[in-house]
Amino acid sequence: MKVNVLHLAKLVNMPLKPGESEKLQAGFDSTLKAVDELKKLPTAKTKSTFQVTKLQNVWREDIPQPERGFTQKQALSQAKKTYQGYFLVPRVIDDEA
Amino acid sequence: MKLQPVIGLEIHVELKTKTGMFCGCSADHFGKAPNTNTCPVCLGLPGALPVPNHQAIDWAIMIGLALDCRVNLESSFDRKHYFYPDLPKGYQISQYDDPFCQAGKLSLASGKIIRINRVHLEEDTAKMQHQVIDGQKMTLVDFNRSGVPLVEIVTEPDIASGEEAKEFLKKLRDIIRSLGVSDCDMEKGSMRLEPNISWSESPEKLNNYKVEIKNLNSFRFAQQGIDFELKRQKELLDQGKTPVQETRGYNPQKRATFSQRVKETSADYRYFPDPDIPPIVLTREYVENLRTKLPQLPEALANEMVNKFHLSLSTAQLLSKDQLKLAYFNQYKNQVEPLELANLIVNKKIDLDQPPPTKAASRAVDLNIIDQVLKENADAVAKYRTGKTSVIGFLVGQVMRLTGGKVDPKQVQDKLLKALQVRNLQG
Repeated sequence: MKVNVLHLAKLVNMPLKPGESEKLQAGFDSTLKAVDELKKLPTAKTKSTFQVTKLQNVWREDIPQPERGFTQKQALSQAKKTYQGYFLVPRVIDDEA
Repeated sequence: MKLQPVIGLEIHVELKTKTGMFCGCSADHFGKAPNTNTCPVCLGLPGALPVPNHQAIDWAIMIGLALDCRVNLESSFDRKHYFYPDLPKGYQISQYDDPFCQAGKLSLASGKIIRINRVHLEEDTAKMQHQVIDGQKMTLVDFNRSGVPLVEIVTEPDIASGEEAKEFLKKLRDIIRSLGVSDCDMEKGSMRLEPNISWSESPEKLNNYKVEIKNLNSFRFAQQGIDFELKRQKELLDQGKTPVQETRGYNPQKRATFSQRVKETSADYRYFPDPDIPPIVLTREYVENLRTKLPQLPEALANEMVNKFHLSLSTAQLLSKDQLKLAYFNQYKNQVEPLELANLIVNKKIDLDQPPPTKAASRAVDLNIIDQVLKENADAVAKYRTGKTSVIGFLVGQVMRLTGGKVDPKQVQDKLLKALQVRNLQG
């Protein structure tokens, strides 16, 4: 399997400097090669799954947990830019506004 | 090749649970100061663990059941990846392969059936406002709404006009409101509509493009937007051009749609099951128990009120889809003559915070007494049927006797005549 680094970079909106894509390509290739090792395991009789805990129906009742909440100040504390209580980011949509 | 309008609808409905889809933040986000209703889960901080809201799952399934869907006993949540500022994690938790409900239907007044593709559950995103700040085009992001339980309902492309879309949407709203699981308030954004529109050979044989309209905040705008879009596309097609596949906004002032170019998004969502959330596995009994919790749906209820209380269909429909009016009607229908009460409510001649006026109460005719009199005087009824309409006076007298003369004889006569007519039709 091969990863299309440029396509992936576009999807995650990651600007790449010259030479970076080659470096990342090599990194992905070696990671995937390691993952390919798994192909040696006999999995013909193993059902596919996305979890190994065998848990199911882990849910919570509809009860507020305000003690887990952030204040506005806490919520914004990691933001690069804020404005009047909002996170501020460059415009991502072209509309008539 | 003859093309026809082919329209599918995607409807998002915010559930009125107390808390979020995957966290204990308040689901009531409307009108709060920005970013005052967040936690590590709905801000998508590393290491935060989402835990599904049981109530939201039940309600999503109830919506599916009310729309005649099949419920999948095994379902799971998936990550839908896209890079956008309204999604702090870089993905939205949604459902892809195994949604809670699939393959339902809803019929229009004409009898036409609109098939429902799926009903699934996901998390709402942050709210964005686009503004110019210090001369720069910027976007303000408020995460209060992020993580509120959102039900997505997707139809098959069975709708053929703006008018059909409007009828479908109103009916859907009335059903969801009757379940008591969402306010479906479009002004507050708790119900959002996204039609996708093309001219195609048929709903089975779609054209190679479709146009989605966003930002429709009323049924009327949905109808207008769809009709505008059909006309715009038709003109392009008639010139031998193919409309561009895109998302368009709707401008109600101009009554027109406009191209909404979105940067940095891609349909390459790379869905995969969210490893943080174990699958939901339900039993048949569990689902059937939810089915027993469904109220009588507005359409069935309206028909019942027409038969039982002789209301006009339009009055019955108005009452059956308005929970406040319906509750008032049910509270007083044994004290006040139901037809009169219904008309007072529908014509807004009554304050729903007050009991109905006593004048109306004193003149109430108990329909059970009408029924009793008709049953006990089968010969008189038979005579009436053969054309001896004068026996109505005798029947009125019987009702007056049983009620101790406390009712209005004119109304009694009207009731009797109506009951006789209904019986005629049913007989």
